[in-house]
Amino acid sequence: MKKILLVDDEPNIIMSLEYTFKKNNFQVFIARDGQEALEILKTEQPDLIILDIMMPNVDGYATIEAVRKDEKLSNCKVIFLSAKNKESDIEKGMRLGANAYMTKPFSIKKLIEQVNELLE
Amino acid sequence: MNSGILIVILLLYLGLLFFIAQWAERKGNSKWTNNPYIYSLSLAVYCTTWTYYGSIGVAANSGLNYIPIYLGPVIAFPAWIIILKKIIRISRVNKISSIADFISLRYGNSRFLGALVTLISLMAILPYVGLQLKAISETFHIVTNSPESNNVFLDTSTYVALVLALFASFYGTRYVDASEKRKGMVTAVAMESVLKLFFFIILGLYVTFYVFDGFDAIYAKASLMENFEERNTIHGLEGGMNWMMLIILSFFSIFLLPRQFHMSIVENNREKHIQTAIWLFPLYLLLFNLFVYPIAWGGNILFEGKDVNPDMFSLLIPQLFDNTFMTVLVFLGGFSAAISMIVVSSITLSTMLSNNLLIPYGLLGSLQKDNQESNSERIVNIRRIGIFLLIILAFIYYRYFIMDFSLVSVGMISFVIVAQLGPAFFGAIFWKRGSLNGAVAGIIVGMLICFYTIMLPFLLSSINPESIFFKEDFFGYTFLQPFQLFGLDYLDPIPHALFWSLLFNGLVYLFVSVSFKGNYRERNYAEMFVDIDKYINNHENAFVWKGTAYVSDIQKVLKRFLGEERTNRALSIFKMKYNIAPDNLMADARLVKFAENLLTGHIGTASAKILIESVTKEDKISLPEVLKILEESKENLIINKKLTETSNELKVLSALLKTANEALVIKDKQKDEFLDTVTHELRTPITAIRAASEILHDDDEIPEELKKQFLQNIITESDRLNRLIDKILDLEKFETGKQKIYLSKGNIIKTIANSLSPLQQLIANKNIHLDFNENQSAELLNFDEERIVQVITNLVSNAIKFCDEHNGLILISVENKEEEAIINVFNNGKGVNPDDLETIFDKFYQSSNQNIKKPIGSGLGLAICKQIVEAHKGKIWATNVDKGVTFSFTIPKI
Repeated sequence: MKKILLVDDEPNIIMSLEYTFKKNNFQVFIARDGQEALEILKTEQPDLIILDIMMPNVDGYATIEAVRKDEKLSNCKVIFLSAKNKESDIEKGMRLGANAYMTKPFSIKKLIEQVNELLE
Repeated sequence: MNSGILIVILLLYLGLLFFIAQWAERKGNSKWTNNPYIYSLSLAVYCTTWTYYGSIGVAANSGLNYIPIYLGPVIAFPAWIIILKKIIRISRVNKISSIADFISLRYGNSRFLGALVTLISLMAILPYVGLQLKAISETFHIVTNSPESNNVFLDTSTYVALVLALFASFYGTRYVDASEKRKGMVTAVAMESVLKLFFFIILGLYVTFYVFDGFDAIYAKASLMENFEERNTIHGLEGGMNWMMLIILSFFSIFLLPRQFHMSIVENNREKHIQTAIWLFPLYLLLFNLFVYPIAWGGNILFEGKDVNPDMFSLLIPQLFDNTFMTVLVFLGGFSAAISMIVVSSITLSTMLSNNLLIPYGLLGSLQKDNQESNSERIVNIRRIGIFLLIILAFIYYRYFIMDFSLVSVGMISFVIVAQLGPAFFGAIFWKRGSLNGAVAGIIVGMLICFYTIMLPFLLSSINPESIFFKEDFFGYTFLQPFQLFGLDYLDPIPHALFWSLLFNGLVYLFVSVSFKGNYRERNYAEMFVDIDKYINNHENAFVWKGTAYVSDIQKVLKRFLGEERTNRALSIFKMKYNIAPDNLMADARLVKFAENLLTGHIGTASAKILIESVTKEDKISLPEVLKILEESKENLIINKKLTETSNELKVLSALLKTANEALVIKDKQKDEFLDTVTHELRTPITAIRAASEILHDDDEIPEELKKQFLQNIITESDRLNRLIDKILDLEKFETGKQKIYLSKGNIIKTIANSLSPLQQLIANKNIHLDFNENQSAELLNFDEERIVQVITNLVSNAIKFCDEHNGLILISVENKEEEAIINVFNNGKGVNPDDLETIFDKFYQSSNQNIKKPIGSGLGLAICKQIVEAHKGKIWATNVDKGVTFSFTIPKI
């Protein structure tokens, strides 16, 4: 069973994501901001992280930077899922080591496709 | 004392002065030579041997009568600031080098008037120079105890005069341009001024405290002498009138004496030097006069009953006590006074003689054909010979005419003659109507009266003291008696002559000027003189001239006197100043005036005009036309001034625009950020809605309960979206000023209570303790209740959201200050990041890390609160306090 970490401060978005990935046989972890995510990552090594950017306390960029420094997480894929849709934002996200960048609002179907593609 | 030794001392002294002059000349513009003190002291060339020796004679004979000659200049000094500044400016821009140039230029650049002024100056000053030679000669004989020889060629003083003449003629002609500054001469004269004052004061101290026991002792003894009372009274109203005329006389002299004009105007480097002169020069005169009286009356006491000339008391007293050193000092002081006067006067007179008489009336023709080098040489030689001849002439005058007159009487006659230039001179700078004919007629009439009432009688009396001229009845025509003209019998001869000559001179000048209009050139110069302040920077513009002239012709003339290099340099500066194309062939009025100015220093105003006229063809202009052109040039000046003002205003405006633009750029950036944030905020609920909808749409197996939950989410997020849109519109209304505030009297306590009631349920749900006293009394305030409810609701909602999760506490209080009410909302949450205390009120404020989300709801609430509070002219702020944070806002009491 693949492990997935969902990081977003919007509970209603989390709810949809959680439902979707559980239904697709993922073990789901949930964090409401970057700080909580990093806390979880101390003990868990998920196969994939779905990461928002604009969050309280620790933002998505800082989170991925910490992830990419962590050797235990070297196989972990990261998909940014953010309403920030400017080219410069996407570029920054990819430069920091994301495997994919999807903008909000998003299509659940496409997200699943993207996730499956990455985990093959 | 042996005359050989004295001559050696004199030569050494002259050598010292010469050395100082050379040194100063080399120093040029250093602060040693170019300072206000040198300038002020050089003005003391006013104090000649007449002051040095003559005042003592007057004081010995008639008490305080020596004073008015110094009161005039002192009274004149306050006027100097205005008058002198004006004359200096006029002279500077027109390159004027003498009073003859000054007066004649103003009256249409009249060659005749220049010559007339020169002649009058010669008439006045030659005897005066003779007087100085006489003083040197007499004192020389007293110091050496030698008799005056009747044979001119055996008399030592003849050779002293010759040496002086050579000295001055070499010394005063260093420059061809007479308007050039002579630093060497000025510095030497200033030095002599210091020496003569210094030696005189030493003598004064010697007489007062060494010979006698102080001022009191002299007075005590003198007051016992017969005639003391008689000699020391003003003699009532009549004496007072005499005094007044003498004061007027010296008032005129300080401006009109050619040497004073030269020192105060031509040699002035900076206008502000006047500011020092107006206190230093009167102080100098005061110091000089301090000991006149004690020396005079000391002499009267010492030489009572003896037949000695009181003019010579200052030498005779130290001699009486065999004090050779003191005698020589005093002699050197007198010598200094004499040679300053002789050198400066002869230089100025010779400049006038060459520039206003010899060149325009004769030599100009031959100068016109020669080249620059030989021209300069000839001009310098003319002046050099002029100086030499003038001194020799003065010497002859002294030997054959004024041997027997006292120092003062000859000096006074000089003053009266020079005073005849007064009306034309002062009219020149203050009265535009004053005309050439008026000036000439006034001067001639004044001179005639002068001649009749003072010069003739003095000449005659030297020939025959019993002349019928002085008989009371005067051929039966009593009213024509020279000393009592028209029956005016209470004035002394000098004041009497001054009174009548000046009166008629002035009246004739006035009458003729008013009756007959001058020509256009006079009117033109009148404008430039009287309104000099307007034209100081571009006086060439004020010169009215119409005609045909070629630049090349003018250039040729200039080269004859200035040489190739200086001419080209001057012309290129001129073209730059007025922005004229270098290849312009035709000359305009400005160039004509400019060229005249360049020549003026070399050959005088009149000759300069004649020369330029010879190569240009001037069209006649009528007087009304001149006035019109002047009016236009004045308008041009005004327009110019306005243009400058406008351009300055534009500069200010462009600076303002720049700042505004910078502000706009910042605003634009803020707007971009705002839009970014707004779209982000709008996308968030849409994202939630879209995700929930997609699940509901695609997934048929979804449990009923979860389905309901998703639908509920869609509803919540839709509401959120709607609120967000409302708030954005609200904010935009405030920011663009479309949102009005409707003020009315209200009770803020009740308003707070009203705002709290819809929130009570929420507060109760979270177990928060709310502390607010609804029963406190409150002043009525002016506010828009609906909007203030919005603010309080927002602040309290935030407090509910952020206060401590377990033991939530919210305190609401109202402070009544004199000028405002402060409403505080406290919650015991963790407070606001100190960096964000201010930005928290900006719409979608960006915290220091711009990807960190603001913890408060939509991010617009506080921004709207701020807008509402500021629309009430209040303030809103947040402060972290112990265990919590307080949000406060004010409502002013209007």
